[in-house]
Amino acid sequence: MKQKKENPDKINTKEKSSTREEDKWILRLYVAGQTPKAITAFKNLKKICEEKLEGRFSIEIIDLLVNPQLGVEDQILALPTLVRKLPVPVRKIIGDLSNTERVLVGLDLLPVS
Amino acid sequence: MKKKEPKLIAKSLPKSPTGIQGFDEITGGGLPTGRPTLICGGAGCGKTLFGMEFLVRGATMFDEPGVFMSFEETNEELIKNVASLGFDLENLIKNKKIVLDHVHVERSEIEETGEYDLEGLFIRLGYAIDTIGAKRVVLDTIESLFSGLPNQLILRAELRRLFHWLKDKGVTSIITGERGEGTLTRQGLEEYVSDCVIMLDHRVTAQTSTRRLRVVKYRGSMHGTNEYPFLIDESGFSVLPVTSLGLDHIVSNKRISSGITLLDKMLEGKGYYRGSTVLVSGTAGVGKTSVAAHFAEAACKRGERVLYFCFEESPNQFMRNMLSIGINLEPWMRKGLLQFQATRPTFYGLEMHLAVTHKIVNIFKPDIVILDPINTFVVGDKEFEVKTMLMRIVDFLKSKQITALFTSLTSGESALENSDVGISSLIDTWLLLRDIELNGERNRGMYVLKSRGMANSNQIREFILTDHGVELRGVYVGASGVLTGSARIAQEALENAEVLTRKQDIERKKREIERKRKALEAQITTLHADFESEESEAVKMIETEQEFIKRLAQDKIEMAVSRKSEIKDVKNKKLKNK
Repeated sequence: MKQKKENPDKINTKEKSSTREEDKWILRLYVAGQTPKAITAFKNLKKICEEKLEGRFSIEIIDLLVNPQLGVEDQILALPTLVRKLPVPVRKIIGDLSNTERVLVGLDLLPVS
Repeated sequence: MKKKEPKLIAKSLPKSPTGIQGFDEITGGGLPTGRPTLICGGAGCGKTLFGMEFLVRGATMFDEPGVFMSFEETNEELIKNVASLGFDLENLIKNKKIVLDHVHVERSEIEETGEYDLEGLFIRLGYAIDTIGAKRVVLDTIESLFSGLPNQLILRAELRRLFHWLKDKGVTSIITGERGEGTLTRQGLEEYVSDCVIMLDHRVTAQTSTRRLRVVKYRGSMHGTNEYPFLIDESGFSVLPVTSLGLDHIVSNKRISSGITLLDKMLEGKGYYRGSTVLVSGTAGVGKTSVAAHFAEAACKRGERVLYFCFEESPNQFMRNMLSIGINLEPWMRKGLLQFQATRPTFYGLEMHLAVTHKIVNIFKPDIVILDPINTFVVGDKEFEVKTMLMRIVDFLKSKQITALFTSLTSGESALENSDVGISSLIDTWLLLRDIELNGERNRGMYVLKSRGMANSNQIREFILTDHGVELRGVYVGASGVLTGSARIAQEALENAEVLTRKQDIERKKREIERKRKALEAQITTLHADFESEESEAVKMIETEQEFIKRLAQDKIEMAVSRKSEIKDVKNKKLKNK
């Protein structure tokens, strides 16, 4: 398992200053049907991405009700789950993403205040 | 492994047999079908294995496929771990009998934002169940989620939903949980899974550990309530429902030889009862093991199966030693009639010993079981436990009509009748071997202390180990006490001498009589001869006398003729006489 515990501050500054242009964010949102939580999550995600990562992101939505076997790869338990596939390390954010600040922390888009 | 027909006590609740030896018996058929069961216990007590065996047996014996969802071990680890128990998981997975699913929750990778549920887990489990049509599910150990997911409120609500969902799915499931302080599980899973709770335990007393299993609760069903020892070995789990045995075993009137002719004679000439319990006790070096070996050999000669538990000697050493008294057990072992089981008593706990005994007895199916010696079990202050264990062994063997022979070492200081582990009341026939010190010698004596149901001899016999086995001899009991060994031999010689003298006396007397008879006969012969000579003399004299009388008459006639007187008269008279 890839699991690096680096100081988020460091990564953020690095990304912001030098490698921002090369960054291509691949995000996966796992849901199970069109539940209210799923819809909220998608809305929240879209909003955050458009604000913070304009043009550098792609969101893939996987409905586990349709493809249940896909949940195994990313070890999905909770729904909805947002998985940051790229850049590494893989991060997982569970919930409807309503707490924007925590989402940003989770995605390493914001230094912890 | 053979599956025993589980006895169904209550008919109301449908049950899924686990296929785990003994467990189905104490639960009256297995786990509740379609309901979740909680298996809790400390680390390393066999929770995962219980679950795995439930699935594997289900898949192989009852055609019920299963899903194993592991929250701790990866699939590869699991496959490797259970391969040592003879479970071929890979094959079962290939044949779609079992699905392994490793759920990995990494706290550091997860960020919580807002509302969520565990639908992902449900979908995943549901998918796994549906792909193979699983009837059985194991969740091992779902409590790991508590460390992975910070929001306990959601988690608890979701777990409650999960167990309901499992019930709705109709799968028989096992949820394992780590034992917590004062609670059955660390996270209080017993709140959610309350149909059946089984507790596994791994206890260490006096440096030996014993695994125990207890059915804490089983809604809607009768179940054994005791703590049952269980075993994990190369063939998996086995639980031993041993404490429930009562005193209702069948008794046999058949008698079997002890292998020592004179000992049989002491026991009404027939030997032990079949299915009885024999104790041979005595101080060190009095030949307890030899008595046991004789019994074993005699049984093998009858074609019976003997299981010999050595707790002090290795089988090879034992056989070598027995060769010295002319008992060759090796051929019987090769024939498979005799099996040795040599372990140190300290190798594992008492319960484990019991469990092992059960297991081996069930596999080997002996007619005779020998435990040599039993008191090595007593380590420290465990007499009560040892007694309970031996009682269980005795009961178990009796219920199987197996004749048991125990040897027991009595220490010199304590009374001989104080049978070390206090099991005298369990014993049917008790042979006591003791040494008798006399005239600077230490000899062995044997007597029957008790023998239930037979008129046994009350004699002390001298017990001699010869190169052709054990021999019993009558001992001399006199004013100076019991005579054994060379004293006995001296006494024997004395008696022999006496007998010889008497014999000689008789011979002499016989000769005397003969002589007297001969003398008498000689006398008789002499007398006869005397008489004969006298008789012939007398006859001669008579003849002479008669001659004389004749002549006298003649003379008279002649005289008359010469006188010429009354000659006529004389002539007439003479004529008349003629």
